[in-house]
Amino acid sequence: MVRPIEVAPPSDDKRWRIVNATMRRYGYKPQALIETLHAVQESFGFLDDESLSFVARRLNVPMSKAYGVATFYHFFSLKPPAKHNCVVCLGTACYIKGSDQMVKALSEAHDIEEGEITPDGEFALLSAHCVGACGLAPVAVVDGEIVSGLTPENIVKIVGERVSDGS
Amino acid sequence: MPVKTFKIDGQDVSGREDETVLDIARENNVFLPTLCNIEGLKPVGACRLCMVEVKGSNKLLPACVTKVEEGMEVTTNSERLQKYRRMILEMLFVEGNHVCSVCVANGHCELQWLAEKLGVDHTRLNYMFPKKEIDVSHYRYAIDHNRCVLCTRCVRVCGEIEGAHTWDVSGRGINAKVVTDLNTPWALSETCTECGKCIQVCPTGALFKKSRAVGEMTKDDHFLPYLKTMREVDNAE
Amino acid sequence: MDREEFEQIGQKRREADAAVEYHINVCTSSGCVASGSAAVKESLEAEVKARDLKHKCRVNGVGCLGLCGSGPILSIQPEDALYQKVKPQDSAEIVDHLGQGPVERIELKQDNAFFQQQQRVVLANAGKLDPEDIESAMAHGAYRALYKVTTEEMYPTDVVREITQSGLRGRGGAGYPTGLKWATVAKMDEGLKYIVCNGDEGDPGAFMDRSIMESDPHRILEGMAIAAYAVGASEGYIYIRAEYGLGIQRLKKAIRQAEKMGCLGKNIFDSPFSFSVQLRLGAGAFVCGEETALIASIEGQRGNPRPRPPYPAMSGLWGHSTLINNVETFANIAPIILNGSEWFSSMGTEKSAGTKVFALSGKVNRVGLIEVPMGISLREIIEEIGGGIPDGHAFKAVQTGGPSGGCIPEEHLDTPVDYESLRALGSIMGSGGMVVMDDTSSMVSVARYFMEFCMDESCGKCIPCRVGTAQMYELLTRFVNKEATEADLTLLEELCEMVSQTSLCGLGQSAPNPVMSTLRYFREEYLERITPAHEPA
Repeated sequence: MVRPIEVAPPSDDKRWRIVNATMRRYGYKPQALIETLHAVQESFGFLDDESLSFVARRLNVPMSKAYGVATFYHFFSLKPPAKHNCVVCLGTACYIKGSDQMVKALSEAHDIEEGEITPDGEFALLSAHCVGACGLAPVAVVDGEIVSGLTPENIVKIVGERVSDGS
Repeated sequence: MPVKTFKIDGQDVSGREDETVLDIARENNVFLPTLCNIEGLKPVGACRLCMVEVKGSNKLLPACVTKVEEGMEVTTNSERLQKYRRMILEMLFVEGNHVCSVCVANGHCELQWLAEKLGVDHTRLNYMFPKKEIDVSHYRYAIDHNRCVLCTRCVRVCGEIEGAHTWDVSGRGINAKVVTDLNTPWALSETCTECGKCIQVCPTGALFKKSRAVGEMTKDDHFLPYLKTMREVDNAE
Repeated sequence: MDREEFEQIGQKRREADAAVEYHINVCTSSGCVASGSAAVKESLEAEVKARDLKHKCRVNGVGCLGLCGSGPILSIQPEDALYQKVKPQDSAEIVDHLGQGPVERIELKQDNAFFQQQQRVVLANAGKLDPEDIESAMAHGAYRALYKVTTEEMYPTDVVREITQSGLRGRGGAGYPTGLKWATVAKMDEGLKYIVCNGDEGDPGAFMDRSIMESDPHRILEGMAIAAYAVGASEGYIYIRAEYGLGIQRLKKAIRQAEKMGCLGKNIFDSPFSFSVQLRLGAGAFVCGEETALIASIEGQRGNPRPRPPYPAMSGLWGHSTLINNVETFANIAPIILNGSEWFSSMGTEKSAGTKVFALSGKVNRVGLIEVPMGISLREIIEEIGGGIPDGHAFKAVQTGGPSGGCIPEEHLDTPVDYESLRALGSIMGSGGMVVMDDTSSMVSVARYFMEFCMDESCGKCIPCRVGTAQMYELLTRFVNKEATEADLTLLEELCEMVSQTSLCGLGQSAPNPVMSTLRYFREEYLERITPAHEPA
């Protein structure tokens, strides 16, 4: 029987309560690691050393293992998110309909590679292997919303409007 | 425990039910190349060098995790297997940056030894020349990722035997890399006990003691078979 | 709960539904939500409210109606009219026309092959019931099969026998006989056993499981519960992609409602049988569709596959015997129990019984989700149900099985769709993605596209997959850029063989398939891209 370890959250930020509640729901067992990392990312937008270290200690998971899990799954991000993001779907159906050209257009328009964030932190260009909306191909997910009926020209415009309005 | 009799390369052999084809091959002086496997650590079946043909199975099976079975007929060294094994070694050479002439483990390296043994003298694969890091922050030890073959022996010895679990694998695919703690510089690791077991089990010059010159890094992993025996004794009781 | 009480729940709801003259069923699955169905539903609700038609007409949210490319879609019951590409401003007209025949401008005619040639078993209730309301599901027969088995009309061995005799095979890709898998787990020593539903649909070009989870979540829960009863398990997990937000939300709701209703949880229907289900979210790793990787992921670890044996049936979650089936497989269970194994095996072909759901997409006129009997030809699916290739282009190939599958050319279009036939063509059934390509698609680019996918998704544990996929990707890039040599082609073919023979798990073993199948049927496209000038002297 492993003695439960009392580990205080890194700060008194209220969001840690959500993270703690997730761990409690699973009895602070090591198997709760992925669910807890989901909770951290949902609350804070990304995983940093502080949060990884806290979760690892609280769940009694070796730190290297927590880091290994966090970097294995592409859903988790170790960098702060951009203000706006566009995830271009590169699933087969979208690819056949030219979504790689959309990535290229956005990459040129914002002068960043796929997977990067603009230096001002305003915009991130990402890609996904199929968001499961093949019926509407080609699609992209702009700030969490699926957008369809796209061309390399109009996606640049749609994204441009979001980024420039400063909201 | 039931004993099974079977054939390895036509030779009649026998093994306990809980033994693997690799165990019995070694017992009978049949050579099988291995890299991720090391006596005393849990086998992971990852390097695929010890793959063998088993009559009646259309798949190749890794000898290190294949339990012996009554009447099985194992072939360890067909032309096909030799070709695949050479290709696996070629893959390791092009994946990292292996320059034997300046390596601390030159002459004591399992990768180098296997390449000589299996006759890998050139490759048609494309060198990938990755940019990899070297962590020399620790005062005694260092890791050169250019020479790492991701066998995970260090990860296992640290977790299974030392119990520190300082090492693990981060990332995935071609970008996978072993890390200490949260990818923390080794010197700042909170969990490393400096026991040095990872250095001793590393098959290449990736993990080494500092102040060793070219060819001076010899490995000493004699403690592992002993630990394996101890674990078996514990399990039997 | 006695049978009368149980039947009452559905009956009451059916009566309540019948009391309302018209039902407007708006599709609220992801596809239609993305084309704006939420706004359409709101506007219809406002319209009905404004005209005070509450007692005469009700607006319901339902699951997927199939033709995702024409969304938002809604259906009018009992007239059974379908509308496509509906906009919020169409609401008034739609309500005006209730009982007066459909609004022709937006009507979606059903007199074509898309509607006529489908045979819906798994999707029987998709688009009919409200996936967020268990009573609506029960009005359409949900949990009737579970009631039948748990209230001692069937022993666990009877259930396993029924599934075995039905000839159902795993719908996740490989086509392993479901009954055999159940029997193996059932025969394991008593003790903790687990049921796992694999909802980690990661193939690019596949959205069948997503649609089932969004449209009829109770059917999956019921299938899992029946499996648990048959093999003697008491806990289950649904592993679902974190990207499937709507599916997660609906399954969570469905689990809560089912527990409250007594269809899940302790002493189901007051029988001694207990079964609870939890969700586990994937986190973006295709390899977790492989069963040993999936188990590692549920345990909170990196999704690295491990060598089999031991198979999960012997040693799965936390070392316990574990039954893993895919979403569509579980969705087939309840109808088999209710209608019998003979009914099921009468559909499809001798070796591949039943129906299969496909996500038809790419360069085809009618894009969407279809369910067809096994044995139907690829030509019927693409030319008739899919309505052929748009914009006057010619058909070139159809890709099945995603990154583990292959591209099938025109000359094999009359092949029946079943596990063995597709395998013989160098492809696989896979989970059901079917992407049509026309004469504008380059097969070498398609092969490179899938290789890039496998390279990105390789876990990195075994050398052949980790390095081999990267090497093949590099070689394919040379072909795409027309910089390849004869030697590159030889090496590519050798790598294909070696990686498929030596990789640890299914991902690596099948990663070369798209290359091998395009080399087999479209070799000239590779040869065209070899530059003689680059030949070594």
